[in-house]
Amino acid sequence: MRKFLLFLSVISVGFIFIGRLFYLQVYTYTASKHDLFLDNAIRKVYDYPKRGFVYDRNGELLVANQPSYDVMVIPREVDSFNIEEFCKLLKIDTVQYNKTLKQATNYSPRLPSVFVSHLSKEDYAVLQEKMRKYEGFYIQKRSLRHYQRSIGANVLGDIGEVNSRDIKSDSYYTMGDLKGKQGVEASYENILRGVKGLKFIQKDRFNRDIGPYKEGKLDILPEQGKDITITIDAKLQEYGELLMQNKRGGVIAIEPSSGEILAMVAAPSYDPNILVGRNRSKNFSKLFNDSKANPLFNRSLQGLYEPGSPFKLMNALIGLQEGVITPHETVTCYAGYRYGNRFMKCHCYIGRRNNMISGIQESCNAYFATVYRKILDKNGSASDGIDVWSKHAKSFGLGNYLNNDLFVGQKGRIPDRDYYKKVYPKTFYSTYTISNAIGQGEIATTPIQLANMIAAIANRGYYYTPHIIKSIDGDTIPKKFTTRNYTSIDKQHFEPVIEGMHQVYKNGTAKWLQVKDIDICGKTGTVENFTRIDGERKQLTDHSIFVAFAPKENPKIAIAVFIENGYWGSRFAGKVASLMIEKHIKDEITRTDLEDWLLRYGLENEYEKPYSGKPFNINDKTIVHPVDDLEYERLKKRLQQFKNQKS
Amino acid sequence: MVRETNRHFKFDWITIILFLLLVGFGWLNIFSASHTGETIDYFDLSQPYGKQLIFILLTFGLIILILSVEAKFYERFSSIIYIISMVSLVGLFLFGKNVNGATSWYAIGGMTLQPSEFAKAATALAVAKYISDLNTDIKQLKDQLQTFTIIIIPALLVLLQNDTGSTVVYGAFFFVLYREGLPKIFLTLGVVVIFLSLFSLKFGFLITTIIAAISIVALYFLSKKKPPIVMSLIALLLCMGLSFSVKFFYQDILKPHQQDRISLWLRLEKDPEKLEQMKKTFAYNLNESEKAISSGGISGKGFLEGTRTTGKFVPEQHTDYIFSTVGEEWGFIGSALVVVTFVLLLLRILHLAELQKSQFSRVYGYGVASIIFMHFLINIGMVMGLIPTIGIPLPMFSYGGSGLWAFTFLLFVFIKLDSNRINEW
Repeated sequence: MRKFLLFLSVISVGFIFIGRLFYLQVYTYTASKHDLFLDNAIRKVYDYPKRGFVYDRNGELLVANQPSYDVMVIPREVDSFNIEEFCKLLKIDTVQYNKTLKQATNYSPRLPSVFVSHLSKEDYAVLQEKMRKYEGFYIQKRSLRHYQRSIGANVLGDIGEVNSRDIKSDSYYTMGDLKGKQGVEASYENILRGVKGLKFIQKDRFNRDIGPYKEGKLDILPEQGKDITITIDAKLQEYGELLMQNKRGGVIAIEPSSGEILAMVAAPSYDPNILVGRNRSKNFSKLFNDSKANPLFNRSLQGLYEPGSPFKLMNALIGLQEGVITPHETVTCYAGYRYGNRFMKCHCYIGRRNNMISGIQESCNAYFATVYRKILDKNGSASDGIDVWSKHAKSFGLGNYLNNDLFVGQKGRIPDRDYYKKVYPKTFYSTYTISNAIGQGEIATTPIQLANMIAAIANRGYYYTPHIIKSIDGDTIPKKFTTRNYTSIDKQHFEPVIEGMHQVYKNGTAKWLQVKDIDICGKTGTVENFTRIDGERKQLTDHSIFVAFAPKENPKIAIAVFIENGYWGSRFAGKVASLMIEKHIKDEITRTDLEDWLLRYGLENEYEKPYSGKPFNINDKTIVHPVDDLEYERLKKRLQQFKNQKS
Repeated sequence: MVRETNRHFKFDWITIILFLLLVGFGWLNIFSASHTGETIDYFDLSQPYGKQLIFILLTFGLIILILSVEAKFYERFSSIIYIISMVSLVGLFLFGKNVNGATSWYAIGGMTLQPSEFAKAATALAVAKYISDLNTDIKQLKDQLQTFTIIIIPALLVLLQNDTGSTVVYGAFFFVLYREGLPKIFLTLGVVVIFLSLFSLKFGFLITTIIAAISIVALYFLSKKKPPIVMSLIALLLCMGLSFSVKFFYQDILKPHQQDRISLWLRLEKDPEKLEQMKKTFAYNLNESEKAISSGGISGKGFLEGTRTTGKFVPEQHTDYIFSTVGEEWGFIGSALVVVTFVLLLLRILHLAELQKSQFSRVYGYGVASIIFMHFLINIGMVMGLIPTIGIPLPMFSYGGSGLWAFTFLLFVFIKLDSNRINEW
């Protein structure tokens, strides 16, 4: 027995050790622990590539990068020096100095923390020479966006640090990475950002780097971001933004022959550079919290409005396609349209007989109410009729996302029988939805959808999906942007409608907006709208809407303009549309009177009304308010600067 | 069995091969734990791996020397070797060099020598000599006391030099004495004392007393010839006394860092803040070492590929914590093989010891196995967090010339004695 004590001890200790090893290395071992990314003996250092530049359609640089300098601190290494002098250079006081240093020490005495972020170039220049005196501090360079011009904030967007949701949904990102948050920066994020490189660095237990891991064999080289060219014409964009000052609304201009978006104005807007650098978060919350003007809301893409009279064009086209009316057939207007015991008013004089062309020209409500009812009642069943009507309208891209490359959008609404099932479960007559005849009621569209509809009319039956990408570093763009989408309306039916639109400019509601030598086809719209004040439905001044394309033959531009509470169509929106068309086609402005008027008059007084708490007048009981002289002078000066720019 | 008639091959080659495997594999791990850059100079004497390579080469000289000396020499001169060794330990109080709080080194030129490493071998020789003496009967109290004295002298000397780890190793001689006939009561007492101490620390005086009482009552009824009840009462009182004094020993005699090690091991500390504090201070080594081992997985990260080893996350990794390098770079397979190699070596020594015809050789062989086993148990147990931190090297494996040579001496004297067995008919 005595022989076996040590013998058995040795064997049992052997088993215990192997058991413990098994527990440590096999049982509690998970593959993730072995992952280099989770190994805290390896530092992962990202090598950020250059973010791609953004150019406009004429090759003008819109977005580039700029260096930014952060003062970093490693608290443990901070030595004694003249703190007051250092603070003066950093433009902080000593209280701030001590507070920040304490925070950094709490985070880690050994690891670098940002001490002061985003130094200005001037401060950096001064500080750089003296930096060696301040042991423990150093300057780290970062790359930020630089917007070359103060335009197109809603188009270009911005970049910001990723949040935890971004990291969860895309493993590419790690804390502190920058990512496109809005606009082109967001929708072309994957192309602009490139691929960041990765270096694995072996650390020691004091967290110091001691060299590349495996001689850098596993490191990934960064891939530079690609430059992109967008379809926006920076000049037209800037001009549009200038004209939209002191108004709210959206403008979309599209090149019908390609679907390229020439301008995308959302008003109010802001200088994209305020979302760069030191004041980003402060400015962002300011924009974010401005719930009245809502500058982060892209009205040209997200603004959902009833289209009003421009939708009459659609009803005319559907009427022709369905054969319920001919271009020459006339409808008598009784200064309105009576259906049942109700009445829809019209601006025509009593007894005026309108055919399709004059119906469009005068925007006759009675004419389009008749057409709409004929479409719905064609087969005797309005239920079937409205589905046919709805399908035609949807073939223009209305009532759906356009499947484009813009970061935000709205579906809009083109109602069909299903939609009305809730309100009218059993009987359904064409008169129930008569407001659709004049583009009100349940129809809702965004400016970009309406501009696209006009582009399809300009093309006489097809459109290209509106898009903002022109080229990617010389590469081709997705095929879906270069294929035609045909509408369900035959080509020949467009001519009478276009002629009507032409007459709108020649003799109709937009005859005061004519531009010399350009055949413009347009359509005004004036849309009633309501808000809720203390739970009470209140009507506001009508929205001013205008759609147009030009020239009549070989159209170069299709445009939709929405201006909130601008009253009638040609009062605000029509002027903006005419000027932008002229700017795009002739590159110079003859209608300086319109230009001047738009700078002179704003709508801030209208926007104040619902918040004033007092009773207010709308529409014909109001007069348009000029902006104050200072603002007017400022805009005039900006316009002058704009015109002086070399093309 | 390797039993060559050829004079040069009569040594036990199995033991020698196991020894060489451990030394060689040990060096690879020392190299991994201590190399710094891409340029590798194996003989870079400023680096531990370079020095260790020299130590290993010198070891071969030592082996030849040991094996060429007449076997009888070791038995005859064991007393003198023991005395010289004790003198060298005493000399440390006058000329010793203090490293990490322990005065255990002689500085000779650029080298340091640690006599306590050799003292274990010397004690093993002395114990073997004393027990194998025809006049010695280990069952006699007088001889027991004399044997204990031989063991306690070096143990006390190293304790006074603050080398607690080496002191604990002298406990290994219990196995030797037990094999040679130390009464069973010592084993029983030893086990009872260990359990009582641990229970007292972990569960406190009251629960320990209750458990002891229950055990004694159970034993009383289970045993066939009933001892007097008074005896049982005395046993219980002794248990209570021991349990009570353990508390005193723990709180008033142990140093704070020793208390902490035990408290962490037995998970006595409940305060999470204090535990966190411990993790950052003395438990840091243990924590890092366990993490390094478990990060190795089944097959390890590969030679020189251990990120924690390269990053020097485990302090003292090339000396006491060398096993964590094995764990990280060679994984479960490599670590288990090291354990198996040690077990095989120990079993081989025990097997050979039992074959010895002379009592001196057998007792010495047992001493060799016990000492190596104690180091093996404490070192690997500590590195894997099974026992409290006690700083002693892993035999043949850890960095250090003194240790390597001392274990070489310890083992190869036995190999020499074993080879001489044939002449001892």
